[in-house]
Formats: sequence, C-alpha cells, structure tokens
Amino acid sequence: MCGIAGVINKQKTVNVGEQMGLMLQGLKHRGPDSTGYAMYGTPLKKGFVMRFKISENEAEKVNANVDSPVDLKNRKNAVDAILKKHGAKVTKQSSSTPYAFRYIFDFKGDLTDLATEIETVEKTEILSIGKGLELIKDLGDATTVSDQYGLNKFMGTHGIGHTRMATESDVDIKSAHPYWAFPFEDVSVVHNGQLTNYWGNRRVLERKGYRFNSNCDSEIIAVYIADKMANGIELEKAMHDSLDELDGVFTYVVATKDQLGMAKDHMAAKPMVIYESKDIVACASEEVAIRNIFPHEIKTYDPYEAEVKVWQA
Amino acid sequence: MAGLTKKTSAFDDENLSGRSQKLFFEVTEEENYTYYGNHEVDFNKRTSIDCEGINAHELNQKIRDSIRKGYGSIVIKNPGAKHSLGVGILNKLNLIFEGSLGYFGIGCIDGPTVRVNGRVGWSCAENMMSGKVVVENNAGSCFGAALRGGDLIVKGDAGARTGIDMKGGTILIGGNAGAYTGFMMQRGRIIVCGNVNANMGDSMYDGIIFVGGEPHSLGTDCVPGEMNEHEVRWLEQKIKNAEIDCKVPASKFKKYVAGRMLWNYDNLEPAEKKGILG
Repeated sequence: MCGIAGVINKQKTVNVGEQMGLMLQGLKHRGPDSTGYAMYGTPLKKGFVMRFKISENEAEKVNANVDSPVDLKNRKNAVDAILKKHGAKVTKQSSSTPYAFRYIFDFKGDLTDLATEIETVEKTEILSIGKGLELIKDLGDATTVSDQYGLNKFMGTHGIGHTRMATESDVDIKSAHPYWAFPFEDVSVVHNGQLTNYWGNRRVLERKGYRFNSNCDSEIIAVYIADKMANGIELEKAMHDSLDELDGVFTYVVATKDQLGMAKDHMAAKPMVIYESKDIVACASEEVAIRNIFPHEIKTYDPYEAEVKVWQA
Repeated sequence: MAGLTKKTSAFDDENLSGRSQKLFFEVTEEENYTYYGNHEVDFNKRTSIDCEGINAHELNQKIRDSIRKGYGSIVIKNPGAKHSLGVGILNKLNLIFEGSLGYFGIGCIDGPTVRVNGRVGWSCAENMMSGKVVVENNAGSCFGAALRGGDLIVKGDAGARTGIDMKGGTILIGGNAGAYTGFMMQRGRIIVCGNVNANMGDSMYDGIIFVGGEPHSLGTDCVPGEMNEHEVRWLEQKIKNAEIDCKVPASKFKKYVAGRMLWNYDNLEPAEKKGILG
C-alpha cells in the first residue's frame, strides 16, 4: 500500500523535519516496515552534504548477518580514502547509527566518478549527495526514524517522505524510499504503486550505464528522471513523459533543490490529496496526514488522472 | 422453503442472490424496510459528539448509542478526515459532520440524511441503500461505489471511478468528475453538471449518465442516448433540490446509456432485475 507525503514552504525556512515527521506518522498504517525522509535544508554555499550507509539495519532479522565493528571501521576508512583520492576535503562528519553517516565536504571534481567509486566499497550505498538534500531512511515508523536521526528540528524549505509496506522486495534500507536520482544532486523521489514494465525499463537504463542498488520497482522512477535530466529535459516535462513510458499504477512525488512535484498515472489508481495555500503546499496519500500539521478544517482536493503538478519553493 | 413465512426482511437469509431472492422480495411490503435494531428517533432531539481523540470504532459506537437513546439529530465535531466514520447506520437520522471525512466514510448506510461540511475521501457512501448524503466540498475517487439507492450529492468535484459498479440510486456532482465515471454501472443515474474525464461509462451494463459539460471520451459500451421531457423535468428538480448552482440548463444536458446488455442480465425478467438490483 505505502504512504507518500510532501510539503513545500514558499520562500520560508521552517522546521520541515517536524512537519514531515507528523505527516509520515499519520501514514503509519499504510506502511509500517520502513520510513524515509528526503529533506531540503538551507543550501550550502560551497561543498556538498552526503548521506551514506555502509551496512544494513539487521536488528530485526532472524539469523541476521550483523557486520562486526571492525568491518564497519574498515569500510568507513575505505570511503574516507576514496574521498581523499578524489581531492574531496571532509569538513564535518557525524553519525546517528554505526552504519549511517553524514559528511560535508568540499569538492570540485566529477561527482559521478566520486559517487561510483565510493559505492564500490562493500555494502556501501550513497543515500544522497546535494547542496541542501539530506536523505535519511531506516526501518521503523516515522517517530522511530526521526528520533534515531534527530530529524525533528531539521530546518528547511521542503521535503518528501515515505512509509513503506514491502510488496516487491525486502524489508531493508536499500529497498526503502526515498530514492536519490543518482548522480544528480538534490533530486529525490517517493512512490506509491507498482510498475509493471520495471524489468524492461531497467535493462534499457542499465545498458546506458545507470546503477541500481535494489530490486525495488520504485527505484526506476528516480533513475528514469535522472536519465531525462541528463538529456537536458526539464523536470515537469520528464514527469509528463513518465506517465506514458512507465506502465502500472502509481502516484509519485519528486523534489529538487527548489521544487516539489507530483504525478499520477492514467488510471488514477493510487490516492493523493493536496492542500494549497499562499504559504505552503502539502500533499499526501491521505488527508489525515495533512491534518496532522493543520488541526483546523482545510480545503483539499484530489488531483485527477494523468495529472502532473510542480510547485516552487 | 419452510422458514420463508418467518422472515421479517429480505436480509435475514444467507442466500441473497438470483431467483431465490425474488421469492420473498416484495417491495410493497413494509416489513422489507424494517431492520433489526431499528430505533424510533426524534429529529428535534439533538446531540453532538466530539471526534477529537477517539477512533472510528468509538465514534460509530457513540452514534449507535445516541440513536438507541432516541436522538434524531447528531452533530459530529472535529472529524479530522479520519477513515470509516459513520458507517453502517441503518436508521432514520440527521447526521452532520462539521468537517472532512477520510476514506470509506458513511459506507453501508440505509436511511439517514447526512451532511458533510467538508471533503470526503475515497469510497464515500459505498454500498449505500437509501437516504441522502450531501457533501459540501470535493469528493475523492470511487464516490458512491456499488451504490444501491438514495441520493448522493457532492457540490464540488468528484474523483475517478465515481459510481463504479452502482446498482441503483442517484449520484449528483456539482462540478467535474474523474476518469471511468460510471465504470461497470448496472443501474441508477449519475448527473455531472461539469465535465467528465476519459472513458466515461466504461463497461456499463445499464443505467443513465447525464452530463452538463463534455465527457472527454466514452468507454466501451457507453453510447449517447435521447433525452425525453420527463428526464429534463426530473433533472431540473434534482438539481434544484440539491441547491446546486448549475450553469447549464437541464434541457442542454447530454444523456449517455449502455450500448449493449450482458447476456445474463438481458435474460432476466423485469421482476427478477428488480429483486436483484433493488
């Protein structure tokens, strides 16, 4: 089933972490397996912020193959060495769990080369790289993840999020949403639905050299958008194209450094409710999620089938 | 059929479909409109229930308790777009929601008059048997799914698959309706004052769709029909009663019907259809 949500505050920096946490907690019943946030803070003037993980969250699995602290340390050292090799200078680093890290680094080289090499380290996946984007996902509900990563005081303009009910692939971090549109800085996607031409599209994109980290059908939307943008196509046009080229039932939400967009398939089979005012736009799979940040009555609407909307921060 | 004489309604037998239902369903008998647990209520006796901090199950229980105590008018405050509110009410009642409902709101009702001063989510009034529902704002998808009777009115827009699988009653939409409106409808009438999106009336068996604006495209089995003067008068009255400010005069509405009937349905006698579809 899955729940998706997005919020964008127009020309205003607010506690978007709290907003997203409340909305996603309201969607817990649509997907209790994992929760993910992609939030956009104040863009860095120089350098990049990178979120990455070097292992899976195996805590809830039976016969879990938990990596030893030595393994984790070796992988982190390997990532540090690759950053150094490419001339990236890490200015700040922090971690909320033994396997997930946040780095801020100065870098002037090719981001694709750097990201590709970092992911050659065993079990290592870059969750996001951007000027403002920070992508956090883990097992558990919205409050659990928010508390674990200290997200309830995240100041920013906009964000998207996802509560996942695993249907197509495993319950793990790599199959959790949102997905970063590798290697495009500051582009992320969340999706509710099933894509039926996933494998066909995946083979086409893999032949073009794009990497897939999971077997989750939703990942292809991020890669698809990335491919379109690599060819100079605007986000809104790419989203319109996706309605015909992606097959299945879906509603997805995309965010860039200053935009929030949603697209709904031709069948309108997956829900989306939107609230728009002059200060804020909020969208979610259910109105009850939006009402978690607006306790008073608000006027909302459902977008129709094959509808694409993009809002500016 | 020894137990047949003991029946008090058509709904206390497991076997509800096809010819067996015809044997005991007689619309002129008053008992067919009486349910177990039906209570006498006074519409002048009014109460309100605050939905803040309680879940759908608790609210629905409180509504039933109020009906049992004879309250005929119940106001629900702070519904907060929660799901499954006001479902399964089989009683005459004035029910007012002071706000929006989530998914599956007021489903499976038979008899109450409901006003929603807000929006409704997916599958509002699913399987409604009789009564009247008025939604002041917009409605989500599957509005009036499998509707069997009564009047279902939304003053704003309705989403995709409005009136899917409906078997009777009337759905009236003041604004526009989404794709697949009237999908697989088997009976009843849908009135859309605005436009309708793609594939209207796809796979419809029977029933009528009236459109004030333009349908984007017709689905398989949906064809234009001829309006007669009775229908124009009926439309006028329905829109007027619903207090909808429709810019299109009733005489300018377009009528759409099923282009063919399914074999099985077509071979039933009129009385049998009535028994099945109510």
